[in-house]
Amino acid sequence: MKQAFRYPLRKLYLALLLIFLYAPLMVLIVYSFNKSGDMGGFTGFSFKWYIELFTNPRNDGVLQALYITLAVAALSSVISTVFGTIAALGIYAYRRGVRNAILNITYLPMLNPDIVTGVSLMVVMTFARLPFGFLTLLLSHIGFNVPYVIFSVLPKLGQVDTRTYEAALDLGATPGRAIRKVVIPQIMPGIITGGLLAFTLSLDDFVISYFCSGEVQNLSVLVYSMARKGVTPELNALSTLMFIVVLGLLLLINRRSDSVISF
Amino acid sequence: MTRKSLSYPYLVWMALFILLPLGLIIYYSVTSDNGGFTLEHFSRFLEKDYLMVLARSLWLALICTVICLLLGYPAAYILASRTLKRANMLLVLFLLPMWMNFLLRTYAWAFLLERGGIIYTFLQKIGISDPPPMLNTQGAIVLGMVYNFLPFMVLPIYTALSKMDHHLVEAAYDLGATPVRVFGKITLPLSMPGVISGITMVFMPSASTFVISKLLGGGKQMLIGDLIESQFTIYRNWHFGSAVSIVLMLFILLSMRMVNGASEADLDRGKSREKRRRRA
Repeated sequence: MKQAFRYPLRKLYLALLLIFLYAPLMVLIVYSFNKSGDMGGFTGFSFKWYIELFTNPRNDGVLQALYITLAVAALSSVISTVFGTIAALGIYAYRRGVRNAILNITYLPMLNPDIVTGVSLMVVMTFARLPFGFLTLLLSHIGFNVPYVIFSVLPKLGQVDTRTYEAALDLGATPGRAIRKVVIPQIMPGIITGGLLAFTLSLDDFVISYFCSGEVQNLSVLVYSMARKGVTPELNALSTLMFIVVLGLLLLINRRSDSVISF
Repeated sequence: MTRKSLSYPYLVWMALFILLPLGLIIYYSVTSDNGGFTLEHFSRFLEKDYLMVLARSLWLALICTVICLLLGYPAAYILASRTLKRANMLLVLFLLPMWMNFLLRTYAWAFLLERGGIIYTFLQKIGISDPPPMLNTQGAIVLGMVYNFLPFMVLPIYTALSKMDHHLVEAAYDLGATPVRVFGKITLPLSMPGVISGITMVFMPSASTFVISKLLGGGKQMLIGDLIESQFTIYRNWHFGSAVSIVLMLFILLSMRMVNGASEADLDRGKSREKRRRRA
C-alpha cells in the first residue's frame, strides 16, 4: 500500500521538474514553427523560418556564427584532447609534490569564475597584441578545455598496470611505441570523456568567448547581441535543429554505453 | 612509464595562459594608470554602492544554491533509488537541456515571464486579474540561475548516491533503524561529497553570472559580474575591473574553503582507504 502510494509522488515530482526544465525549450521549438515572425502569438504551423534560415541572405550572419561555433568546438576539442593527453603523460612522471603543484595551477581555470578567466585572457591577448578574432577565440577555448582533458586522463593513468608497459619494453618495443600501443589504449576512456567534455563546453561557452572573440561571433555571442532587439525566428529554427541533432547523437551514444552521462 | 619531457610544452602553456593572465590581473589591480603602486581600486570598491552589488550577488547566489539543493537532492535521490524504470534515460532527460544554447534558453524565460507572456496570460485565465510583474525582478534572476544550474546539483549528488554501497542501507534496516534514521545516518553522510561539489558547481557560476541578470533582471539589478564586464568593456577601466575580479575570486575561494573544510577530512580518509584496498 505504502509502496503504491510512494511511486506516483516520485513520478509527479520528476515530471514537474522536467516541465520546468523543458518549458523554455518548448517555447523556442513551438515558435520556430510559427507562421508570424514575432513571438506575440501562434498564428499557424509553417516551415517558413527553416527555409529562410538557409536561403535568406539576412541570415548569413547566423550561419556564419554556426560555422564558427562548430569550427571552434571541433578544433579546440581535438587540439586540447591531444595536448592534454600528452601533458597528462608528462605530469604523471613527476613525483608527488611537483605533480600536485602543477595540478593545483591547472585546476585554477576550473575553479575561477568564467568571467575572471575571460577578462584575464583578454588582458593577456591585448598585452601580446594578438588581433582579436578567430585565433584568439580558439586559443581561449583551448585554454579552458585543456584542464578538463588532463583531469579526465590522469585518473585513468593511475589505473594503468605499469607491468604491461614494462612487458612491452622487454619484448623490444621502443618507449614511444609502448606508450602508443599499450598505455594509450588503456587510458582511452578517459581521453574520450575529456574530448567530449571539451567539445560540449566549447559549444556552449558564452562568457569566455564574449571577452576573447572581438568581431568574430559564435552563436552565444550572436544571441547575446540580438537579445535586446529580439531574437529572430530563424534562430529559434536553428536551435531546434541543433537540439534534434544533439538528441539523436545522445540516443545513439546512450545505446552504445553509459559512459558519456556518467562523467 | 612516462617522461617528464612530455609535459614541457604544457608547462609553457600553463605559464602563458594560466599564470600570466592571473598575474596581469593582480598587477592591474594594484597599479594606477601611470604604473605606480596603489590600493585605491580596492578602497573604491568599499563604497556603499559597490558593496551592495557584492552583497546582492552573494545573496542571490546563496538563495539559488539553497533552492537547487532542495529541488535537486530529491530528484537525484529518486533517480538513484532505482525504483523507477529507465532511471538512466531520465537522467539524460535532466541533462539534455544543457545542450541547447544557454543564452537562448534564458532568453526564452524572458519571453515566458514578460507582461502579456504565456505565464501572465495563464495566471489571468485562472482568475488573477492583475498578476504582479515577473520579468526584471530579483525573482526572475534567481529563477534563471536555478534553471541553468540545477543540473549541476543533480548530477554530482546522483553520482555519489549511485556509487553508495546499498548493503549499508539494508544492514541499517535489518538492525531496526527507521527510514528517517537510515537517511540521516547513512544516505545523507555518504552523499555529502556529491552535495559539496553540487554546492560548489552551483554557487560559483551563480555568484559570477552577468548574462542572466542582464536578460531577466533588465539590467536594473547590477551583479558583480555585470560590474566586472562593464569595467572591461564599457568604461575600459582595467584597474578597477581587475580589483573587482580579485575580490570576486577571493570570495569564491573563501566560500569554497568553508564548504570544503567540513568535508575534506572525510574525503581524504575515504580516498586512502580505497588506495589501501586497491593495493591489497
